[in-house]
Amino acid sequence: MGGMHGFGAVDRRPDEALFPEAWQGRVCALAGYAMGAGLANIDAFRHAIERMPPDRYLADGYYGRWLYALETLARERLGGDTTPERPEIGSVTREVDREPRFAVGDPVRTWNRHPRGHTRLPGYARDRRGVIADVHPACVYPDTNADGLGESPEYLYTVGFESRELWGEEAEAGATVYIDLFEPYLEALE
Amino acid sequence: MTADYRHGSESPAIRTEAIEALLVEKGLVQSAAVDTLVERYEQDIGPLRGARVVAEAWTDPAFRARLLEDGMPAIRELGFGDNTDSHVARLVVKENTESVHNLVVCTLCSCYPWAVLGLPPAWYKSPAYRSRAVREPRRLLAELGLDLLPDVEVRVWDSSAEVRYMVLPRRPEGTDGLDVEELTARVTRDSMIGVERL
Repeated sequence: MGGMHGFGAVDRRPDEALFPEAWQGRVCALAGYAMGAGLANIDAFRHAIERMPPDRYLADGYYGRWLYALETLARERLGGDTTPERPEIGSVTREVDREPRFAVGDPVRTWNRHPRGHTRLPGYARDRRGVIADVHPACVYPDTNADGLGESPEYLYTVGFESRELWGEEAEAGATVYIDLFEPYLEALE
Repeated sequence: MTADYRHGSESPAIRTEAIEALLVEKGLVQSAAVDTLVERYEQDIGPLRGARVVAEAWTDPAFRARLLEDGMPAIRELGFGDNTDSHVARLVVKENTESVHNLVVCTLCSCYPWAVLGLPPAWYKSPAYRSRAVREPRRLLAELGLDLLPDVEVRVWDSSAEVRYMVLPRRPEGTDGLDVEELTARVTRDSMIGVERL
């Protein structure tokens, strides 16, 4: 949603309930347990939310999206008598036998891909120039993991983008946006 | 019930009952456990942990240095960082200074540092906040009552799941004599997201 227009002011209310309606709390907990029990990995859950029809995505609200995603995954994965295997839940970091390709301070450009599947490169930061600000451990690669194509661990970086590079002449001065991006999204810039 | 479950036009409460029944029938979930977890979210896992972390950082320079170096081990020293965030790779804490103001958002969904702040507030998950925080952070902050001077640099952290961010707000003036407990009470959730100044 980064950069989209038309959503108006942020409605910040003091002392709002965590779950204004009881079903929202149940959906929150159900999702946690269902993922933990192997209904889907967390990336596939996120992708199920992203696959919603856009009108439903906006209309259903936050936990409404979780509910919709649970229904989608249940329909797709709980057919017949199958019961998923319980996965090991742990950190997303992984050891890999190669060094990170980039170091802090390296200039990079993001790739310009618009996959049908899940990705963590936001639409507003595609084909943009940034600078590596932090190097993190290799992590499960959500782009493949969401589709059941394996973990394919990749190094994760925090990349800083000048506001003007992202938003052009209308950008606010003196602002930088930092985004966590996986190595395949990035190419070296001279 | 069959697994041929569709997105009905029924109310979300009815649909939630149906999906819960299916998940229980399939052995993935126990309803009693759901009750317990909802209670835990509502009562135990809140922004108080983050407030305590901030108060420690304000009063203990060595802890502050460890916190800014690597957040998760530092908060474990205080007994936080249990399995609520077990899949997270790192907790990164960004310090506000006279010349730098930090702001946390998740434009893709709702990533948030659960281990220190609990579940995110509704406005954090709203399309308005997610769309605008990266494009016009100064204007957004001004609307929320936080006017930044032009020479203060804004750093927006768009969380994408593996790394979670928390802001270390500036210690307010006139709090020199307060102890950790009193300071903890001064720290608000919104200041640790970066939309409020203390």
